[in-house]
Amino acid sequence: MALCMRKSPKLINHLKYRMGLFDMITPSSWNSTSSHHQEFLVTAPIAHNLGNPDADLSVKATLFSACRFKSTKPEKQLNSLNDADDNKVLDFPGGKVRFSPKMTFISESPEERTQCYRVLDDNGQLILGSNLVQVGEELAVKMYTEMITLQTMDTLFYEAQRQGRISFYLTTIGEEAINIATAAALTADDHVFPQYREPGVLLWRGFTLQEFANQCFVNKADHGKGRQMPIHYGSNKHNYFTVSSTIATQLPHAVGAAYALKMDRKDACAVTYFGDGGSSEGDFHAALNFAAVLEAPVIFICRNNGWAISTPTSDQFRSDGVVVRGSAYGVRSIRVDGNDALAIYGAVHAARKMAITEHRPILIEALTYRVGHHSTSDDSTKYRPVDEIEWWKLARDPVSRFRKWIESKDWWSSEAESEFRSSVRQQLLHAIQVAEKAEKPPVADIFTDVYDVPPSNLHEQEKLLRETIRRHPRDYPSDVPA
Amino acid sequence: MWGIVRQRLGGYSAYYSLQRIGLGHLLNSLKCYSSEAAAAKKMTVREALNSALDEEMSADPKVFLMGEEVGEYQGAYKISKGLLEKYGPERVCDTPITEAGFTGIGVGAAYYGLKPVVEFMTFNFAMQAMDHIINSAAKTNYMSAGQISVPIVFRGPNGAAAGVGAQHSQCYAAWYGSCPGLKVLAPYSSEDTRGLLKAAIRDPDPVIFLENELLYGESFPVSAEAVDSSFCLPIGKAKIEIEGKDVTITAFSKMVGYALKAAEILAKEGISAEVINLCSIRPLDRATINASVRKTNRLVTVEEGYPQHGVGAEICTSVIEESFEYLDAPVERIAGADVPLPYAANLERMALPQVEDVVRAAKRTCYRSV
Repeated sequence: MALCMRKSPKLINHLKYRMGLFDMITPSSWNSTSSHHQEFLVTAPIAHNLGNPDADLSVKATLFSACRFKSTKPEKQLNSLNDADDNKVLDFPGGKVRFSPKMTFISESPEERTQCYRVLDDNGQLILGSNLVQVGEELAVKMYTEMITLQTMDTLFYEAQRQGRISFYLTTIGEEAINIATAAALTADDHVFPQYREPGVLLWRGFTLQEFANQCFVNKADHGKGRQMPIHYGSNKHNYFTVSSTIATQLPHAVGAAYALKMDRKDACAVTYFGDGGSSEGDFHAALNFAAVLEAPVIFICRNNGWAISTPTSDQFRSDGVVVRGSAYGVRSIRVDGNDALAIYGAVHAARKMAITEHRPILIEALTYRVGHHSTSDDSTKYRPVDEIEWWKLARDPVSRFRKWIESKDWWSSEAESEFRSSVRQQLLHAIQVAEKAEKPPVADIFTDVYDVPPSNLHEQEKLLRETIRRHPRDYPSDVPA
Repeated sequence: MWGIVRQRLGGYSAYYSLQRIGLGHLLNSLKCYSSEAAAAKKMTVREALNSALDEEMSADPKVFLMGEEVGEYQGAYKISKGLLEKYGPERVCDTPITEAGFTGIGVGAAYYGLKPVVEFMTFNFAMQAMDHIINSAAKTNYMSAGQISVPIVFRGPNGAAAGVGAQHSQCYAAWYGSCPGLKVLAPYSSEDTRGLLKAAIRDPDPVIFLENELLYGESFPVSAEAVDSSFCLPIGKAKIEIEGKDVTITAFSKMVGYALKAAEILAKEGISAEVINLCSIRPLDRATINASVRKTNRLVTVEEGYPQHGVGAEICTSVIEESFEYLDAPVERIAGADVPLPYAANLERMALPQVEDVVRAAKRTCYRSV
């Protein structure tokens, strides 16, 4: 009867539990050091099938029936009590969990931060043992030249704003690799939902320098019809959804579009970008959560560049960056060196395949640094040290790192460099000149596109406005075509 | 999407398959059907909503419904009853609890080209989604210069129910009515509801569809045309419920019922009231309202919502701008009390417009003692 004696405390505990008298926090009752512990682990298949409601049900059903079966058999009663007490599993809505008598809190910060994937070192040399997606000469050179184009465009348009020729601009300095390499790894069918620091994606897809200039200078040829501030580019043709100033609203939009792409069975995914600051928005939470629940093929790319205007990441969140939040929502995630174009290319390439074939969202956190000011309305030297900016600009520049790599492969040279830089500069200056001289958008564009078909009140207002302009020409600028 | 269409094609007659061949644009410009003298049948507003959703989802595979409890629960107010069973979870999506989140997702799907119908359990909860409704839906066609259209419908109960307290009772007609880029509809009867919801779903612009919880169970006679699946009412046209010559009473949603009752009482006292069911808050049918005021010379506006910056304020200004000389008395504005709605039944009653209030206002415009 030694068996019975040993089991009796468990019997009593079990009865107490059944009668709701069980006090979970009395260590003395947990003397179940019996060797008859049956480790009833939450098996991998259950966890794997959590996303599949049907699988869950069938597994649950078999387990439930097993339990019922056990409790109706008298000679097995002791065993079933044994199981209930020793099997260390509870089932709740959501599946089975092991329970533990030891009260342990999950730490707020991991011992080691999530590792960062990189394949090129600071000197542009491939790191030994790196697994990467191969990039051939043509693609590599194209990536590099687009990065230079982006850099030059940023410099010239920024200067134009400083000269008072455009009202606003925001640069991508320091994040050229994220812009170009992500775009290179996607296809033209993938729908892009940008924040605002991703014009390189549009550049890669074929938006011309003239088109960029037209939007910034807000002339008649602007695809945006003069409706938005500079840098709010958009192009249906290039599957690049118009930039909207609101932060992180594009995240749930991307999930909605991804869901639609999945329903249409397209070989394409949605891709959306946001910064470290954007990850604090409610929309980030809803988007990741929904993407996981709806099993939507969407890639979330976070440009963690250390700053949200003047707010450093230490004031933005206390988690280990943004990558750890992915698993909290059931989203597969990876942290990448955002200044390593090859690493980014590889990660996005892999993510895209997973998103589309497995119908799942992927979170990519690209660590980088915002070398430029937040925008032309900002002077970041006011809140961060100048030498910090200079160091990132010179020592950790993603463009020169990639340059070193392609030069080491003899795919590029300094002659090619100076030639290309001067050519693209000429093209940009020309585009700016043309854009600046072009006519402004017509008055009619104030009233179109509010609705699909303009309503009568807008027709009336337009008539009234034109009449007023006609009667009082001195009150209106002469360069606005009526 | 096309997989679903192919599945369904077998079970439908040629008539319905015609609907599917993108006749949406044509049907959108359908003129208003004149109602027959003899009503064909009766229908509750709930049935009107359910049948309209069902028919539009059947006709266009791009239409899908999303919201809290719309699927398994058959809809918080049972509006989407049977739809999950018929169309499956891909087209009737139960969402997690985040209005901001699922509205954003619906808008994203609309950007892509689907036609979501987003249900809010009440428009009070839609306030959480206001950024997406205004900044992501209403303004996008304009801000993208026509590149991104947003054919989305936001629907749900609006205004007061009975004893649900301030956070479940506000009327948002004036809020949404002030935003360019949105269309705002507020049906009253089952026929209005059917025709306007169908029009809203087919419309390429974002539409706010304001229903009323207390009207869901109310039954109205519907004409034979209204029962037809191609039935559709034009957006932006108000309806003259009863003609009159002494005073114009404008109302929308549940208040139309109150206005009609008030008209009955007024008729006994020799005052002939013309009741206008606005149907559409934006665009507002100023032409019909002004034509009526020019005929009657007196105006009473009725709404459940707060008075300041309300729908009545806009109607009053429109009449002053266009028909000032025709007014024989100041415009009377009946609205809810300027307080968060109290819960206690007696207090709630006093904070909302009642039929007697409308009657007294109409009498005041006629210089009758009240």
